[in-house]
Amino acid sequence: MSVPAAGTWMSDGVQTAEIAASSADPKGAAVRLQDVSKIYQSRQGEDIVALERISLDIAPGSFVCCVGPSGCGKSTLLSLLAGLIAPTTGRTVIDGAEVKSAHPKVGVVFQSDLLLYWRTVLDNILLPVEIKKLRRADYEKHALELLEQVGLAGFEEKYPSELSGGMRQRVAICRALIQEPGLLLMDEPFGALDALTREQMIHDVQRMWMRVGNTVLFITHDIDEAVFLADRLLVMSPRPGRIDLDLTIDMPRPRQQSDIHENPNFARYVRQVREIFEAKGILKA
Amino acid sequence: MSQEATVAVSPGTEKKRQVKKPRGEPLLERFSALILAAFILLVWQVSVPLSGISEFVLPTPWAIASRIVTDFPLLISNAYVTLFEVLAGFGSAAVIGVPTALAIFYWRPVERAVYPLLIALQTIPKVALAPILVLYLGYGWAPKITLAFLIAFFPIVVATVVGLQSLDKGLVNLVRSMGASEWQTFTKIRLPAALPNIFGGFKVAISLSVIGAVIGEYVAAEQGLGYLQLLANSQFDTTLNFATVVMISGLGVMLYFILTFVEKKVTFHRESAK
Ligand SMILES: Nc1ncnc2c1ncn2[C@@H]1O[C@H](COP(=O)(O)OP(=O)(O)OP(=O)(O)O)[C@@H](O)[C@H]1O
Ligand SMILES: [Mg+2]
Repeated sequence: MSVPAAGTWMSDGVQTAEIAASSADPKGAAVRLQDVSKIYQSRQGEDIVALERISLDIAPGSFVCCVGPSGCGKSTLLSLLAGLIAPTTGRTVIDGAEVKSAHPKVGVVFQSDLLLYWRTVLDNILLPVEIKKLRRADYEKHALELLEQVGLAGFEEKYPSELSGGMRQRVAICRALIQEPGLLLMDEPFGALDALTREQMIHDVQRMWMRVGNTVLFITHDIDEAVFLADRLLVMSPRPGRIDLDLTIDMPRPRQQSDIHENPNFARYVRQVREIFEAKGILKA
Repeated sequence: MSQEATVAVSPGTEKKRQVKKPRGEPLLERFSALILAAFILLVWQVSVPLSGISEFVLPTPWAIASRIVTDFPLLISNAYVTLFEVLAGFGSAAVIGVPTALAIFYWRPVERAVYPLLIALQTIPKVALAPILVLYLGYGWAPKITLAFLIAFFPIVVATVVGLQSLDKGLVNLVRSMGASEWQTFTKIRLPAALPNIFGGFKVAISLSVIGAVIGEYVAAEQGLGYLQLLANSQFDTTLNFATVVMISGLGVMLYFILTFVEKKVTFHRESAK
């Protein structure tokens, strides 16, 4: 398998042996949701059931995508796992420990890059290290390696405003990866990017994941993107959010965008998801 | 794969794209403000003798400038007095104003109790308090500093509160997801993000402080630039009067530029980036 040239996660290439090694010794965290519901209060005092009794087990090292219509509770699910909000009922458990506040093994990438404009690229990537009061010097080398892997070598002293949208989101991903999180949460990370940059980023995320071997929960609106990336695809229903379909995506990796559409399985998976949305009236046939 | 190659970023080409602010602006544009000022002064200088107005009524810029030179010790000793009052008033407004803003931001009850009161008080023209302050605080430093403080306090508080409130909620979630404490959220994101606003408030406040101190001196004083101006007025010394105005403006401008300098040191300018 040939590997794309400069500017991608894996300029040195992924060897199949490496992939096998990472799945044999999973660095990913195990995630478990038990009967999790989340009910918000609206300003008028009504209950908004964002998630309704969700139970879910995510195997260490798997790439899980979650698609669903706007407002179905995807970000809520992610916030629960990030420890930003508490469930109304049920438990969220990461590697055997119940999530009560921010979990040290979790890294998050949000829809907007959320870089601090007064900090350099390097200082942005090292923000989690500072906040956890770890020694900066221990992570600087890793930060530079991460930058190199995303094709941003030499950009460490730049300020975010000197970068394009795609480059900024790459920096945000480096920041989420600096502590080698067992669970990487991504909430529509490429929603704000143009189609070309987005395609490249999707490709790069696959590479990153194949190398690091962590567990990923990737939220998106885009069915093609979800099928391309996922080992397992969760399709959520409109509010109250439930998991309507839990699909195992069986296609060899690394997947290539150039020929994915010729893969009959790809088309079949995409159709399966669309049919659900059509049946729910989210997509009009 | 060709598509990937076009999208891939290479730092080399990206670096070249970074455009520096054009340095070689035409001279005329760079100094346009100075040139305009020089032109106005020149018209003033020439038209006074031409129009036959007495120098006692309207001195020429040249006469004012030479008066500043000859009477420099007198002017500067009074300027020190005013400078002290301004710094004391502004300094205490900053030292009390920023924590007040923090309290308003972090504690709802404080916001409920203090903010409406502050806004109500703001509608009182502070200079109208000057005679009353003299009544209570006498003829010394105290009423001037108090007036400078009162006039500077509000803009600092409001600017700081607005700066703290304007923070993107996403950033708060970001650092919370990293396990940040409330204190870390404050030092790592809230304060740095609010600094440009806080300095905006400082800059408004410092100019107002100068006004406050001078007005305080107008009402009752034995020294200071405001006092000197009244003295010149009573002696029909128009040239000294104008010289004092120049000193007061110079004081304000100098303080403003010092603040701008400090701001450049401690904050990162968004506009220089975006
Ligand atoms: N803090 C909150 N208070 C009240 N209601 C909320 C709150 N946060 C989310 N909701 C509601 O919960 C539901 C789920 O929100 P969530 O943000 O999880 O949706 P989403 O699937 O991420 O949508 P999108 O795809 O548009 O990002 C929505 O109906 C939303 O209005
Ligand atoms: Mg969302």
